[in-house]
Amino acid sequence: MQRISLRFLLRVTVLGAAGVAAGGSDGASRPAGSGGDVRAKIEYCMDCHGRQGQGYHGFLTMPRLAGQTSTYLENQLRAFMEGRRDRNLFINMSRVHGLNPAMRAAVAAQFQQLNPPAFGSAPSNLAAAGAKIYEEGVPEANIPACSACHGPDGTGQGEIPRLAGQVFSYTVRTLSTWNRDRGAASGEQTSAAVMAPIARNLTPNQIAAIAAYVSNLR
Amino acid sequence: MNFVKLIFMILIIGGWTSGLHADELAIRNCAWCHGTSAQGYMTAPRLAGQRYEYLEKQLLNFKNHTRDNPFSMQYMWDAVAYLDPQTARDLALYFSTLPPKPANDGDWNLVPVGKAIYDGGIPQENVVACTACHGPAAEGVREIPRLGGLSYAYLKRRLDQWGEGFHAAAQLPMPFIAGKLSPADIEALASYLSFVR
Repeated sequence: MQRISLRFLLRVTVLGAAGVAAGGSDGASRPAGSGGDVRAKIEYCMDCHGRQGQGYHGFLTMPRLAGQTSTYLENQLRAFMEGRRDRNLFINMSRVHGLNPAMRAAVAAQFQQLNPPAFGSAPSNLAAAGAKIYEEGVPEANIPACSACHGPDGTGQGEIPRLAGQVFSYTVRTLSTWNRDRGAASGEQTSAAVMAPIARNLTPNQIAAIAAYVSNLR
Repeated sequence: MNFVKLIFMILIIGGWTSGLHADELAIRNCAWCHGTSAQGYMTAPRLAGQRYEYLEKQLLNFKNHTRDNPFSMQYMWDAVAYLDPQTARDLALYFSTLPPKPANDGDWNLVPVGKAIYDGGIPQENVVACTACHGPAAEGVREIPRLGGLSYAYLKRRLDQWGEGFHAAAQLPMPFIAGKLSPADIEALASYLSFVR
């Protein structure tokens, strides 16, 4: 993999310290239609998460937002802003997702209403094994049935997220990195804490099976 | 102008020698414009080190006329008119394996601004961070192109054209994103990326 040379980065840093602020270079000649209104913010989200919030495969996998519970979406936007989520990503989510409370509520309400087809791309041969874990758990590994909280159709409720239709690789990554990215570092006890032991006890194969199964739920 | 003559000599000799293997890939046809080491030349972008899936998809997009900006219509539509899918794959694989060299031809003073936009976007203007899709070192992934080290002129032209609505039929996020960039943003991004190795 190609990397930016250290010398180059150093020179960039030195130049940056010379007084160039991060962000826009020229507001005056910017095209109209951007700025702070809700519609523009929602389209800003869609630039990464898909025109209907269905998710997207970039260098990072952007999760599906469509149909997600508005409480969950609002909670995550707040968690990003407070630095409690995905601190290990190379992109500064607190900056990118820094919306004021009214804007967070409006954005969350909008995405909850969308219902596009699933993004797809999950391996179909894993879905049967995933369905069994989703509905029955793995008793010998102390893993409860996912359906107990996320609902038999994976639609979630309130602060418990919808899983139905979620992008396969996003669910895999989230469960695989739970303790690093979503775990104890928050300092704040949330309902998400219940996921930590579950994610820890799942094997990679079980994670892939669950992710494949829920990606096909509607 | 001796340099230009030299380049043409290299192109012609390179084309001649690769022509000796005419039963293999028609690489010399690409080399006329993109250069014998595929580092790009004038309006023709660098192909060396570009993502395999991206190159293959672009060749198909030229062929089905989805990629419809002026230089594509002028040069690439005819160039790939008789290209079969297997040859497109072979060409894409060949060029993706060549080592890329950075163009280094942007405005060095704009690099910090360009890097800030690339890494963090401009949230207050609803411009997303390029790095989320193109990767932290602008290396691209799958069908998403490597941007690091492409020439300033090519990067600027492509960002301008995305914002103007070209290539919209590909249904990618870029028209929406580039449309929010100011001319100064585009100059800064193209400058920064031209130096990325």
